[in-house]
Amino acid sequence: MDFLTLLQVLDTTIRLATPLLLACLAGLFSERAGIFDIGLEGKMLASAFLTAAVAAVTGSVLIGTAAGIGAALMLSGIHGLASITFRGNQLISGVAINFLAAGLTVVIAQSWFGQGGRTPQLSGSARFETIDLPLAGEMRGDIPFIGPIYAELISGHSLLVYIGLLAVPVTWWVLFRTRFGLRLRAVGENPAAVDTAGISVVGLRFAAVAICGLLTGLAGAYLSTGLQAGFVKDMTAGRGYIALAALIFAKWRPWYALGACLLFGFLQALALRPDVIESTLGFEVGVQLLDALPYILTVVILAGFVGRAIPPRAGGEPYVKER
Amino acid sequence: MQKMPQWADVVLIPLISLILAALLSALVILAIGENPWAALKLMVEGSLGSTYAWGYTLYYTTNFIFTGLAVAIAIHARLFNIGGEGQAMLGGLGVALIALFIPWPHWTLALLGGAVGAALFGAAWALIPAWLQAKRGSHIVITTIMFNFIAAALLNYLLIGALKPSGSMEPATGRFPEATHLPTFQDMFSTAETALFRGAPVNVSFFVALLACVAVWALIWRTRLGYEIRAFGQSESAAKYAGISPTRIIVVTMLMSGGLAGMMAINNVMGEAERLVLNAVEGAGFIGIAVALMGRSHPFGVLLAALLFGFLYQGGAELALWTSIPRELIVVIQALVILFTGALDNMVRMPLEAMFLRLRPAPKPARKTEPAE
Repeated sequence: MDFLTLLQVLDTTIRLATPLLLACLAGLFSERAGIFDIGLEGKMLASAFLTAAVAAVTGSVLIGTAAGIGAALMLSGIHGLASITFRGNQLISGVAINFLAAGLTVVIAQSWFGQGGRTPQLSGSARFETIDLPLAGEMRGDIPFIGPIYAELISGHSLLVYIGLLAVPVTWWVLFRTRFGLRLRAVGENPAAVDTAGISVVGLRFAAVAICGLLTGLAGAYLSTGLQAGFVKDMTAGRGYIALAALIFAKWRPWYALGACLLFGFLQALALRPDVIESTLGFEVGVQLLDALPYILTVVILAGFVGRAIPPRAGGEPYVKER
Repeated sequence: MQKMPQWADVVLIPLISLILAALLSALVILAIGENPWAALKLMVEGSLGSTYAWGYTLYYTTNFIFTGLAVAIAIHARLFNIGGEGQAMLGGLGVALIALFIPWPHWTLALLGGAVGAALFGAAWALIPAWLQAKRGSHIVITTIMFNFIAAALLNYLLIGALKPSGSMEPATGRFPEATHLPTFQDMFSTAETALFRGAPVNVSFFVALLACVAVWALIWRTRLGYEIRAFGQSESAAKYAGISPTRIIVVTMLMSGGLAGMMAINNVMGEAERLVLNAVEGAGFIGIAVALMGRSHPFGVLLAALLFGFLYQGGAELALWTSIPRELIVVIQALVILFTGALDNMVRMPLEAMFLRLRPAPKPARKTEPAE
């Protein structure tokens, strides 16, 4: 594999890792606050649809993204209502949300656009344009090695890619360096203690679920307006679950999440280039193996043979105030 | 203290949840500019109006009974098996291997062999998540989700590779031999003058599904193992104290759950398609979740809920055929049923409990020695 091919594959890696990363950080906030969320997939899907639909109608990707985030927030609200207010089963609620999004997006898309459950192709200002970082053009040719890396790999992505990358340190800072973050983590470990300190468990958990909605909204928006140009049925294609796998792989920590998402994104990028694998390794690797590898790796991590993943202690359990 | 009579818990709450789901679905249909009443009539006509329609409804029902029982039996041990989809896929693989590579003399034996193969493969796919849950504490929901995707990749790999007959372009196995073809209801119930269930895929495995309902009921409420499973589900620590091994219960329950999900394959793979195709399960594994929740994890409830979803599935297909309402409407209804019967259960339950408490005959004046409640 020559240098340029490697750069191409890594460039694809970054683009494919972005929706995973945003969704993974979304799950991180929610699960750190003790709310399991297997509805990441559904929220991404809902946002991907509404972003594309509104962007197609208004011609503005920003209005579209706002609408997409709104859709994800609404589903988050349902999840919060079910799992925080009514103390229902968080896993079942997540399953319901995934199906709700899978069904509603197609039903609405069909009645809105009549194109068999997809939105019209987006172009121009209805998509996120790629951003060329300063000096990218000059550096490409002039500086060997670093120039192409800067121009190909780091520059030339859409806004949401940079937001995703920026979200990692921000998440770390919020969770580990602010009072809100401390409380949020505490509510996922021992909600009774937080309650005793006079802080609202319900409020904190709803805040976490809302942040989760915001980030999954961005992830969905990137799918339909950055990665692709429009919404198609089931376009998340299991990314919400891969993000969930990455979250476990990262042991619920932001920087590790970046690593896990880049790894899984790299596997997805490789699956698109079977020729590269064959020429590098000298033998054929089934695309299916690459597809399954994130899940297999996660099971291995879950099994605890390679570094044990311990979830937040109060995760999945509704908090009942003693009376 | 029992807050409300049992009939309210078993009948009233699922009914109210169902009505809520139906009302919201009607709103969705209204919102996309169709008439909900006309849609309902079309669904009833298309799924219950003829023996042909019943043939499809009962075919789907058979699938959902198996996957519903699979989820239900796990719920009794307080395990949430979300991997029915993958286990049913593997069940299909088991059926395909057994039908393709063993020369069966007669369909009865082939059905028996197919059922065993399907159950074994489905159970095997549930074994690793079960073992990881029991021994390493890995959350079974997450592992079974992962195993769904691994199963899909595995089947994908086999169907474009080893199992595809040479010369074929389609990702599917070859046709199963004649002797493994199961009799359909058309073969069984049609007379010389009148053809019933003409062309419908419902077949003899429907009766296997009914038998499975009875077997699960007997197992859960009439055997020592069933007692242990329920005890474990009610309280893990109490079960441990009574000498029940958590590892054994988790593994055995999940094996049975996976086996039941896998057995769905005798209906869809052996009975209908008569070969293994890609995505043969078509989401039935997930519908099992809705069926089990709706049926309150009781085999009879599962049967009724499976019938309801069979009706929805076939009705939904008819809707998609005759109106502009896409088939995905059924997914929305399914989601709403899961939401109301599963996640928002307390929303329905709390006001009802309050109501029944108020309706309760006034208690006799409490004696002073009794602590107030």
